[in-house]
Amino acid sequence: MAGIGRRKFIQIGAASAGVAAVGSGLATRWWGLDGNPVADPGTEGDKVVPTFCELCFWNCGVLAHVRDGKVTKLVGNPEHPLSKGMLCPRGAGGTGLLYDPDRLKKPLIRASKRGEDVFQEASWDAALNKVAEGLLEVKKRHGPEAVALFNHGFGASWFKWFMKVWGSPNIAAPSYAQCRGPREAGYSLTYGAGVGSPEPIDIENTRVLTLIGSHLGENMHNSQVQELADAIGKGAQLVVVDPRFSVAAGKARYWLPIKPGTDIALLLAWMNVILEEKRHDAEYLAKYATGLDELKAHVAGKTPEWAWPITGIRPELIRETARFIASARPASLIHPGRHATWYGDDAQRARAMAILAALLGSYGRRGGYLVTGKFPLQPYPVKAPQAGAHAPVRPVADKPKAGGFPVAEEVLASGLCDATKPGFAMYDMKAWIVYGTNLIHTLPAQKETIQAIQHLDLMVAIDVLPAEICGWADVVLPEATYLERDDDLQAPAWKTPFAGIRQAAVEPMYDSKPGWWIAKELGKKVGLGEHFPWKSGAEFVDVRLEASGIDVATMRKKGVVLGKRIANCEEDGATPAIFTESGKIELHSQQLAKLGHDPIPSFYPPEEGPPGSFRLLQGRAPTHTFGRTTNNRLLAEPYAENEVWVNADAAQALPTPVKNGDLVMLVNQDGVREGPVRAKVTQRIRGDCVFLVHGFGHTARGLRFARGRGASTAALTTRYKVDPLMGGTGINVNFVRIEPAGRTA
Amino acid sequence: MKKRYAMAMDTRRCVGCNACVIACKTENALHTGGFRDWIVQEVSGTFPSLQMEIRSERCNHCSDAPCVGACPTGASHVAEGGVVMVNKQKCTGCKACIASCAYGARYVHEDGFVDKCTFCLHRVQKGKQPACVETCPTRSLTFGDLADPESPVTRLVRTRRFKVLQPETGNEPNLYFLS
Repeated sequence: MAGIGRRKFIQIGAASAGVAAVGSGLATRWWGLDGNPVADPGTEGDKVVPTFCELCFWNCGVLAHVRDGKVTKLVGNPEHPLSKGMLCPRGAGGTGLLYDPDRLKKPLIRASKRGEDVFQEASWDAALNKVAEGLLEVKKRHGPEAVALFNHGFGASWFKWFMKVWGSPNIAAPSYAQCRGPREAGYSLTYGAGVGSPEPIDIENTRVLTLIGSHLGENMHNSQVQELADAIGKGAQLVVVDPRFSVAAGKARYWLPIKPGTDIALLLAWMNVILEEKRHDAEYLAKYATGLDELKAHVAGKTPEWAWPITGIRPELIRETARFIASARPASLIHPGRHATWYGDDAQRARAMAILAALLGSYGRRGGYLVTGKFPLQPYPVKAPQAGAHAPVRPVADKPKAGGFPVAEEVLASGLCDATKPGFAMYDMKAWIVYGTNLIHTLPAQKETIQAIQHLDLMVAIDVLPAEICGWADVVLPEATYLERDDDLQAPAWKTPFAGIRQAAVEPMYDSKPGWWIAKELGKKVGLGEHFPWKSGAEFVDVRLEASGIDVATMRKKGVVLGKRIANCEEDGATPAIFTESGKIELHSQQLAKLGHDPIPSFYPPEEGPPGSFRLLQGRAPTHTFGRTTNNRLLAEPYAENEVWVNADAAQALPTPVKNGDLVMLVNQDGVREGPVRAKVTQRIRGDCVFLVHGFGHTARGLRFARGRGASTAALTTRYKVDPLMGGTGINVNFVRIEPAGRTA
Repeated sequence: MKKRYAMAMDTRRCVGCNACVIACKTENALHTGGFRDWIVQEVSGTFPSLQMEIRSERCNHCSDAPCVGACPTGASHVAEGGVVMVNKQKCTGCKACIASCAYGARYVHEDGFVDKCTFCLHRVQKGKQPACVETCPTRSLTFGDLADPESPVTRLVRTRRFKVLQPETGNEPNLYFLS
C-alpha cells in the first residue's frame, strides 16, 4: 500500500461515506427529515426602504431591508451614483450601529463634576429646558455668537440652521482644519476652487494614477474604490508614494517608500524632470495657466539628484516615474488625497500636487479632474433670520481671515476650541453644541481640548453613542441613527447631478429622537419656533421635492433622482473649472506673494524626532470610520483592534527586540503612554516610522466593546504643527518609542 | 445541461476591504464569531521589493469534496450546481468534515451544527447573485455556471491566468483566483 496517495485515499473515503449516506437516508426518512431543503436565512425584507448611508461621509445610496420591524440587512442602491448597488463593509455593517447595545438611550444631565462622566437620566423636556436656559444665559451675558457648533455628518444641517437663526457664525467641522482643509486651500490657490467632497476625479478613465500618501482601498470611499478596480481592470498603472507598503502600493507598478515629510521635494523633482525634458502639456498651459516661466526657474535646480538624499528615492527612479506619469497625460491623475493635515506645510504640498496636475494638462480633462454639477433643489420656504436682529455683529474670533490664516475658507474647529480659552481670541466661546463629532479624538492635543471645555458655561453633546466627548458634556441628547430618521436631501456636486433621500427605515429605538425634532424643539424653547415651521423631517423634504418639481412618491420609492447629464471634461465640451482672479491656473501665486508666503512651494525639512524614536503615522482601515465605528460589533469582527506596524529590521534592533504579535507600549515625546497594543512586525513599512490605524484606544466607559482596545493615535498626538496658510493642524510631527508591555516607566 | 457553479476571484481588483465578509454575515444572519468567507493578504519579498496578493476566500465547493464523504449522517451533501451544503437538521456537529477540509472553510455554529458558505444558493435559485458578489465594491467576485460556455465566470477562467488553492489535494476546487 506504499503507493497509495492522498488522492486515492480520499476516493476510498468518499466511497465508504457513500454507503454511510445511504444508511443515513433511510434513518432520516424514519425521522421524517428526508430531503435537503435549501434553507433561507430569512433576511430578505418584507419592506425595502431606500435611504443613504452615514457610516462615513460619502453618503452612498442604501436599500434597508426591514422584516418584522427590524433592519435585517443593508445593500447598495443600484440606482444611486455613489454606490451603484455596492456597499463597502461599513455601509453593509450599519445594522451594527443601529443595534449597538451601548447606544445613548435617554437624555442625560450631568450629576457630578464636569468630565467625571456621571449623569442622571432626564426627560426630553427637562434636558431641552436645561439647554435652552443655558444658551439664553450665554446670549444675555456674552451675545449669541459666544455659542459654537462643532459638527460632522449629514444630520448636522438642522443644527446649522439653528445656529443661523440663533445668530452665531461659529460653526466648524473638524473635517476642514483637521482633515482636507489644506488640500482645499492648495487647490483653491491654484485653480480658484477647492476639490470638495466627493472628489470630482476620473479614476475610472485614468491611465496612470499617482497616490501621494493616500491609501485608497484602505480608506473606502466607495465610488473611488469602485473606479480604482475598474481602472486596474482596464490596465491603468499606479504610482504610489507612501512610507508604508499600502494595499494600493501592492497593486502599483512603482512603489516609492519615501521618507516621511519630504513629498514636496519629490514633487519638485518630478516637475524638474517634466519641464527640463519638455514633457509638460505646453499647449494646455499656454491656454489656461500663468506663471510657467517662474515655475521653470523655481524648479531648475530641483533635480532628482537634489531630491535623492532628502526623500531616499534613487534619482533614476524619480526620473523614470516622472517620465511614466507624463507619458499618460492628460489621463494621468495626481490624486488630491483627502486627510492632508500632516506636517504643517500641507497647503503648499497640496499646491505642488495641483501644479503637477496642471503640467500634465489633466485638470478638466478625461482621466483627470472633472467638471461636476449639482442637482438644483429649492429651499423650504421659511422666514430667514432678519439682518441686525441680534446684537451688533462683532468680529468673528475664529474666522481665520482675521486671525492670521489668510486662505482658510471654512471656520476652524481647532480655532473655535482655542477661542474658548479666555482672552485668546477677540471674544470667548462660552457654550458648545457638539453634534456627531468626538472632539477628544478628532482635535489634536487632548489636554488643550479638555482645558477649553472647563471654561465653558454650557456644553451639549448630540450623539448616537456615548463617545468620550459626551462624558465632558453638561447635557447629552441621544439622537436616532440614520436608519431611524429623516434628514434633508443630498445633492452633492457629481459627474451626473443627482438628489438622494434619507428616510427612516424603522422607528427610533429607546428614547432617541431625530435631529430635526431636537433642533425644532430647542428652537421653540429659545423663542425661535417661527423659524422651524416644518411638521417633520419628512414634510420638510416633501415640500422641497414638490417645489423642485420632483415626484415625491417616485423619490421615496427609488431613493434617488438623476439630473441631466452634463459635460464633465474638455473632450466632451466642458470648460475646466478655473475660478482664480486672473482666470488662469496660477502656477505662481500672486496671492501668496502678496501675503509674504512662497508663491511656488519650496521644500523645508521636517523636524526629526528624539534618537531611538519613530515618527508616528496614522491612517485608516477599510472596516472603520475613525473612532465612530470601533464599537460596532459587526465591523469589529474582522478588525477589532489596531496594531502598530513596525519594520522587521527596526523591531529586531530595538533594545528589547519585538516579535510579530508582541504586546508593546508606545511612549511619545511628551511621555504619553498608549497601549498595550500588538506589534505588526512587517517588511511593509520603512524603519524610521510606525503606523497606527486611527480611532482605537477608546476610554469612554459607555463604549463597552471598544474601550481599551488598541492604541489611541489621538492620545499620542500631543503636538501639532499649524499650517500658516489655512490653520490646519499637522499631526505627523509626533514620535514614539516602543517598549515591552510588561515594563513600567 | 447540468449546472456547475463556480466563482472567479480577481486578486488584482480586490483591496481586501471585507465588504464580502460583512454582507455574508448580514445576509445569512450569522452569529458573532461565525464566518463563511474571509480575507487573506499574502506578502512576499523584503523591503522595498515586496509583492502582495489579496484574496477573498470561502468554501471551494470542491467537485470531489472530502467533507461530503467524511460526513457520517449525510448532512453534508452536494446540492444543485455542485454546491456543497450542510443540512443542519441532519448534522450532529461531529466535526469530521472540518477535519477533512483543506481550506478551513467550515466552523461550528453556536447552535451546534457545522456551517459554511452555500454560494447563497437560496438567492441563486431566485436568480440573484450571492451576497458577497452583489456588494463587492471592486467587482472582484464573479459567480456563475462553468457548464455554460458563455457565462462570465467561464469566460474569465478561459481568458485569464488563474490558480486554485491546494490543487494537490485532488479535490477539484471551484474557486478560481485570477491574477
